Amino acid sequence: MTASARRLKGGLRAAALSLYLAFALFPLFWLLKVSVTPNILLYSEGIRMWPSRMTLDHYAYVLTHSQFPVFFRNSSIVAGGTAVCVTLLAALAGYAMSRFRFRGKAVIVVLMLITQMFPLAMLVAPIFRMMASVGLTNNLLGLVVVYTAFNVPFATFLMQSFFDGIPKDLEEAAMIDGATRFVAFRHIVLPLTLPGIAATLGFVFTAAWSELLFALMLISDNQVSTFPVGLLTFVSKFSVDFGQMMAAAVMALVPAGFFFLLIQRYLVQGLTAGAVKG
Amino acid sequence: MASIVIDRVRKSYADVAVLHDVDLTIDDGEFIVLVGPSGCGKSTLLRMIAGLDDVTEGEIRIAGRPVGHLSPKDRDIAMVFQSYALYPHMSVRDNMSYGLKLRRTPKEKIASAVSGAARTLGLDALLDRRPKALSGGQRQRVAMGRATVRSPKAFLFDEPLSNLDARLREQMRSEIKRLHGQLKATSVYVTHDQIEAMTLADRIVALQGGRVQQVGTPLELYHTPANLFVAGFMGSPGMNFLSATYLAEGDGKAVMLPDGTRLALAGRPPLATGTRVTIGVRPEHVAIASGGDGLAVTVDLVEPTGLGFILHLRLHDLPFKIFRQGDTSGVDRPQVRVVLPAARLHLFDGDGRRVALA
Amino acid sequence: MTASLLAHGGPRKPPLRLFQRVEPYLYTAPSLVLIVALILVPLALGVSYAFQDVQLLDPLSGGYVGLDHFRDMAGDKAFRGALANTLWWTAASVVLQFLLGLVLALLLDKPFRGRGLVQALVFLPWAVPSFLVGLNWAWLFNPVVGPIPGWLTALGLMSAPTNILSDPALAMWGPIAANVWGGIPFFAITLLAALQSIPRDLYDAAAIDGASALQRFWSITVPFLAPTVVTTVLLRTIWIANFADLIVVMTNGGPADHTQILSSYIFTVAFKQLDFGYASAVALVLLALLSLYTLSILMLRRLVLKDHR
Repeated sequence: MTASARRLKGGLRAAALSLYLAFALFPLFWLLKVSVTPNILLYSEGIRMWPSRMTLDHYAYVLTHSQFPVFFRNSSIVAGGTAVCVTLLAALAGYAMSRFRFRGKAVIVVLMLITQMFPLAMLVAPIFRMMASVGLTNNLLGLVVVYTAFNVPFATFLMQSFFDGIPKDLEEAAMIDGATRFVAFRHIVLPLTLPGIAATLGFVFTAAWSELLFALMLISDNQVSTFPVGLLTFVSKFSVDFGQMMAAAVMALVPAGFFFLLIQRYLVQGLTAGAVKG
Repeated sequence: MASIVIDRVRKSYADVAVLHDVDLTIDDGEFIVLVGPSGCGKSTLLRMIAGLDDVTEGEIRIAGRPVGHLSPKDRDIAMVFQSYALYPHMSVRDNMSYGLKLRRTPKEKIASAVSGAARTLGLDALLDRRPKALSGGQRQRVAMGRATVRSPKAFLFDEPLSNLDARLREQMRSEIKRLHGQLKATSVYVTHDQIEAMTLADRIVALQGGRVQQVGTPLELYHTPANLFVAGFMGSPGMNFLSATYLAEGDGKAVMLPDGTRLALAGRPPLATGTRVTIGVRPEHVAIASGGDGLAVTVDLVEPTGLGFILHLRLHDLPFKIFRQGDTSGVDRPQVRVVLPAARLHLFDGDGRRVALA
Repeated sequence: MTASLLAHGGPRKPPLRLFQRVEPYLYTAPSLVLIVALILVPLALGVSYAFQDVQLLDPLSGGYVGLDHFRDMAGDKAFRGALANTLWWTAASVVLQFLLGLVLALLLDKPFRGRGLVQALVFLPWAVPSFLVGLNWAWLFNPVVGPIPGWLTALGLMSAPTNILSDPALAMWGPIAANVWGGIPFFAITLLAALQSIPRDLYDAAAIDGASALQRFWSITVPFLAPTVVTTVLLRTIWIANFADLIVVMTNGGPADHTQILSSYIFTVAFKQLDFGYASAVALVLLALLSLYTLSILMLRRLVLKDHR
């Protein structure tokens, strides 16, 4: 390949990647732009790339006069709790799927696939009735339980692929050294799966942080609302104050985006390790 | 230290049997090598001794005690893996002391055991490194060190040298031998490399197709292989085989090759005349005739090895090899005559079993 | 007698064996219990609702109605429209997400300066909650507060800046655009992972054998990616067909049901009309269609794989 052809190829690649970057980031930029636009300019300068005057009033208002801090706290508890529970359960189940041959394994795979197959709206009424009967509606724990159940299948699949990437020899060596299988799992396998655990934690955190349907159904009390539900209250209660809503949205995006940026690399690694081979 | 008894052990996965009725008694302090081609069941047997695989039928006893119900950790054995299986997130020191820590050995004892093993293996300077920062040979040493610190009842080796280059393999081979000389620990060593088997073993167990073919000292296997498999597997370059017919007439010490050539044997086999047999002769035992006797063969290829050379020949249009020390002068012509010394011939019957000569 | 039993390694059942046999189930049980209790049991209930009259606010409702819901569906115009829209929405979203995701994965597969940062940023839309994606894109398509109608007009694709979300012919493109935006990272991540697991030697060997870049793509990349592609497209199709958030937030099925898909229709029937019985029946039909689709893809895959051997 000649130097000029190589330069042309490099240029094309750079141009294509720039387009992707613009496409991925522009909507987020617009969100940010609306959140710093003063209310009086919201419509008159609606399609300007940046408002002529910038304000942080929306942020200040959301932080001091709304229940957003409460929503934020609730969401943190729910998303954090779900991430920890799911990762724990998925690590155990994924390990079994990766290391053991046992009767019923195929059935488990099928069950987990089934959970990904139908519209969730179908489950909302039955789940509401079940949770109400045990007093877990309007309760953050109830949300954690439901989210954990719905995130375990994919997380198990993900953890399994991370475990598949760790040589069996290592545990066998530990078992010969004097460890039970569970001790070998704790001392040897888990520390080596830390990137996978991080990826799973981040993935589940992001999913639970964003969930709306069950949060809407199971929570009616503002004190235990999560932020997606809370954001919707901006639409109804404050006569759609878009500036404040977008400011709240930007703030809510920060933790999820931050986690995601940290873990996306491991997500690629984890899928490379095993899952995609099958 | 302990003896290991393998009593009519059978292993099958689903309906496929991978080991059939294996019987073997390993004496205290003995170095046993399990050798055979890949898939012969040698690694499975080792893993069953370790407790990593279940025994389908039969019993394994270590130091007289049945271990079928014991998990690997309770068998007090050590194992060196082909991949070394060093814990990547631990330093060399932690790798070596892990087993002792699990057994709640006092700190001072651990320290002295680790430093002792490190000194023997030349690992003193590497104790704080991670496995990633070690060369292949060093990793191999750490794996050995991890196995020795605990002074277990027995050592198991699963092709421990096959990931090393030829030079290091030779060096580690002799180190393992020296180490065994010092520790006198019962050892079971799995390899597909017959040179490792010959050099290391007190006794070799040759396996094929999940069955034990022969058990014996290296020289027994070399001089009196029990069947065609062992004869062909041990020794390099491999033994030459010729099909022939036994002739009982006369002194009864001859066979006839398909072209009518008669070959003298060193003794009488208990066979009827006309029995189809296979004659085996090692390349290093074939003599090149100076005069007009022997069989005329076509030279196909000459491979110098430095020490000597390997002659690839065609005998009755079948491949035939000779190994000779020295230089190739005298064989650089299209045809040579070879002599198969009667005392060096092996005779196998139609089932491939060795036939003793009286 | 005892001695001979022992010699044969008799039928003993030591506790360790038992534990080994139980161990896998101990590891999987917590997850399974949760999945059964909170997904499969409700699913069974949901399926049973399809044959019952379940109106959330009507205390008189209840009782089995047999196949009535399914009979109603046959005459339900909205249902039939939603069925066609589901095909359209799913096919367009999957194809665009896949193609754009594949190109992105190929671009990110070769090392270049700043790749880590670029990768992190282009994958960022995955972290955005779906209803926020919907709100944001609805905003972008609004001619008063969003730039897209203006751009489309400037490009000559539109005669005047109007909101495509209120144009029956074009409205579906709004949620599809938002869906593509949020879904590219999924394909890019999984395909990138698959690309990176292809041994590099293969490309070197092919290059030495004289294969051009395009030939290498067809003879190495494509066959290696194929299994991942089948699995991810399958999973993603099911997921997108069930995915109602964007449509509910952006158009609520409108204008005049032109963007109503089955899953958003289920949502509307359940939460606006509070008719859970009928909603469950529609969901059951969707589930049946998706199962049929899954089976046919898996059979196709088996056929193709058999040919390869």
